[in-house]
Amino acid sequence: MSESRNPEKASRRDFLAATARTACAAGFFGAALALWVKESQAVPATALRPPGALPEERFLGACARCGLCVRDCPYNTLKLAELGPGPAVGTPYFEARAIPCEMCSDIPCVVACPTGALDKSLTDIAKAKMGVAVLVGHETCLNYLGLRCDVCYRVCPLMGKAITLDRLHNERTGKHARFIPVVHSEACTGCGKCEKACPLDEAAIKVLPPKLALGMLGSHYRLGWEEKLKKGEALVPGIEEMPKRLPEGGMALPEKNASGGFKEFRP
Amino acid sequence: MSAPIARARLPGREAWRRHGFFVAFKWLILRRLAQVGFLALFLVGPLFGLWIVKGTLASSLTLGILPLTDPLFALQALLARHALDGKALIGAALVLVAYAVLGGRTYCSWVCPVNLVTDAAHWLRLRLGLSENTVFNRQARLWILGALLVVSALTGTVAWEFVNPVTILHRGLVFGALYGLGLAWAVVAALFLFDLALSARGWCGHLCPVGAFYGLIGAKSLIRVKAAQRAACDDCLECYKVCPEPQVIAPALKGAPRGLGPLIQSGDCTNCGRCIDVCAPRVFRFAARWDRHTDDMPVSVTPTAGANRQAA
Repeated sequence: MSESRNPEKASRRDFLAATARTACAAGFFGAALALWVKESQAVPATALRPPGALPEERFLGACARCGLCVRDCPYNTLKLAELGPGPAVGTPYFEARAIPCEMCSDIPCVVACPTGALDKSLTDIAKAKMGVAVLVGHETCLNYLGLRCDVCYRVCPLMGKAITLDRLHNERTGKHARFIPVVHSEACTGCGKCEKACPLDEAAIKVLPPKLALGMLGSHYRLGWEEKLKKGEALVPGIEEMPKRLPEGGMALPEKNASGGFKEFRP
Repeated sequence: MSAPIARARLPGREAWRRHGFFVAFKWLILRRLAQVGFLALFLVGPLFGLWIVKGTLASSLTLGILPLTDPLFALQALLARHALDGKALIGAALVLVAYAVLGGRTYCSWVCPVNLVTDAAHWLRLRLGLSENTVFNRQARLWILGALLVVSALTGTVAWEFVNPVTILHRGLVFGALYGLGLAWAVVAALFLFDLALSARGWCGHLCPVGAFYGLIGAKSLIRVKAAQRAACDDCLECYKVCPEPQVIAPALKGAPRGLGPLIQSGDCTNCGRCIDVCAPRVFRFAARWDRHTDDMPVSVTPTAGANRQAA
């Protein structure tokens, strides 16, 4: 053990060992932190971010969790998440069924945000996208049952634009109409007033984060009729004649209409 | 019989006897007032509707005009590739400059609410005479700081804010209006028990990356503690006992033979001033960085060789 008798060498070895140990501990801490950060990113569907909030994954890289937006909200709509289940600790959110967003025209929460986690380019509150209302309770909604509740339609700050009442025949009575609330996602800001006002024990209309509410087309999807409009003509010139596969012995095809479809075709 | 023994362990008795209570506890009292005062500034808004400071230590707005932002938050946000708004950048720059002048870790002992918790744990630890101690490397906090910055960059989030006990406690106090701490109590309890039973000054002194960051900011700060009368030191070791970072004292206090000046140079020093309080021969005082000379020797003390020699 001649090395250990050399005090300089021994102390350097101790130093390296201690540094390596600390570095490993820091690596352990970093890995645990990264796991925790990923674990904490699930936001419950009832928790909505304030107007102008960046998309969730960018929001968590921008929000200081200082609560200035909460302080400047005149209606106590916004809350800071506490430790435990729910949005990431300290981040602002609101629950529509508790206190919905009143859609202040000066958007004080966005103005108060010092970091840009709430995007200052949002100046028209009607363009906010906090969420999208979805009528989930087709079995319980009073209007679906044929009654004239209409509350969600009436309280909507964008009445007639974000929610309309579409008429359907009432099959039960055979002679009445049902006025079905229909949400128009392009106009809905997700303020949550409809969910708050729904008179049921559990709201039949709920505001969900946009991603949950809208679904998403496959990124490779192209809608033929839109592409055709963009190009100004059919993408494939001429209609290709497909081989006719008819039952043996043949059968008469239905008559074609002017647009090329079959006259008696029923989807 | 155990009480006097336990009491004997608590430092500062001699200074108290010789100079009176208010000299022996001056900086401790001022520091507690500052800690409570900063908290009060944040709390009079939610409690009494008197909005002096809005927000939390992470980011705040004072009197509706002065933005202040935690530069460690700002650094993480930038690493997470978020272009911070001007308000947060200005706020972070102001805090950065302030602590670069005042001493970065002045934040730890004069502002941070966790210090109240860990100081209480340490006081009780001395009081109970608990000596079992897990000693962490003092460099650990720098490694932890490095790790969290890497995690911020990799995950694109402000990673430390998911676990930061400083802001979790402060937010709990300010937004829970003192009593509604919620699960932040668990964080407080964990830190208290950790420092009490497992590791002396374990959190603030060894592990906290916020302290490590502010220590780096204040490495060249203008306000320093100075062993101005170091020749008068009677080797009672009380300053080492009260100091949360005792490794910073020796070079200034005992560095004369090695030609080291009397200023405490390490950025680890939290400028808490407890060494000034407890020293019966009144060796220490606050000084400006450029004030590198020892004070004139008291008549009764012979200057030791090299006491006035300065490091280049």
